[in-house]
Amino acid sequence: MNRFLLPSGLFLLLVIVLYVGIQRAPQKTVIPSALLGKPAPQFTLPVLGSNESFSSASLAGRWHAVNVWGTWCPECRVEHDMLLRIADSGTLPLIGFNWKDDDAAALRWLAELGNPYSVVVADRDGREAIDWGVYGAPETFLIDDRGIVVHKHVGAMTPEVWEREFLARLPRVATGRLAPDDAARSVGGLHAGATP
Amino acid sequence: MPWQRWCRAGLVALLLSNSALAIDPVELSDPALQQRYRDLTHELRCMQCQNQSIADSPVGLAGDLRREVRELLESGKTDAQIREHLRSRYGDFILFRPVFNWRNAWLWAAPVILLLIGLAVAVRVLRQRARLAATDTSLPDDPAP
Repeated sequence: MNRFLLPSGLFLLLVIVLYVGIQRAPQKTVIPSALLGKPAPQFTLPVLGSNESFSSASLAGRWHAVNVWGTWCPECRVEHDMLLRIADSGTLPLIGFNWKDDDAAALRWLAELGNPYSVVVADRDGREAIDWGVYGAPETFLIDDRGIVVHKHVGAMTPEVWEREFLARLPRVATGRLAPDDAARSVGGLHAGATP
Repeated sequence: MPWQRWCRAGLVALLLSNSALAIDPVELSDPALQQRYRDLTHELRCMQCQNQSIADSPVGLAGDLRREVRELLESGKTDAQIREHLRSRYGDFILFRPVFNWRNAWLWAAPVILLLIGLAVAVRVLRQRARLAATDTSLPDDPAP
């Protein structure tokens, strides 16, 4: 009896290791962000299609999502309808982060497909994207009211991802939405001036 | 023989042209900086292609990261600071030579642990055999002729 104890113990250990490995395999293609739980990088970038610049400091104290996109990115076209629906729901402001793109092409894209963003900033040479650890558009970051990066999704936004990975992390009131004053604060300030 | 000479000349040309063939033709003014730049860009992973270093990858992001490394070098940062600068943004994954931390400690310890297990098993087996040989009188080890 005793002589089987060690081998079967080791075998059990191997089974557990392999099981965990297989269970977690689908996530392995996505590299977890190093920014999770850390303050979101501060930036001041030009607003797409205008001479103004936008500072991330003006987002302080409100939940928001930063969506990294470019007109050269096919998956960004795939997720665009979903972004429009998110914008319509008014849950929280979407900040467009136009990454290594041509301004004219980006403006044309928004004119054709609709603009889901509260404001779009242009990171033309990709310097700011490095601070965010961006490695492939589309990427969407969720940032809380303390300015902490709560979540990052790599790949196209889908209703499932939005529901499960973003809405589920937002502070809830009974209706399952943002607290009313939060939502008002979120959407009110940004829509006004900065949209191209 | 002429063909041998041609081959040799071709080989030398190939070796010399290696730097010209590289994706990144950047030359820094200071040779010491240039060497550190080359070493660093070869040990940072291209996040989009994943099995190339940023020195070997033609992808746009790799170019941006090379520029970042270059600028950090020129601003006087040390190699360790530059590695940490990128690690804090992209995570351990960007380093081809991962650093030790509590999350991957078991991985670093695995060879030692496996070696110890192997040694323990070997000692047990050897002891058992020695005991068997000592108690076993049924057959002589080396039968007399």
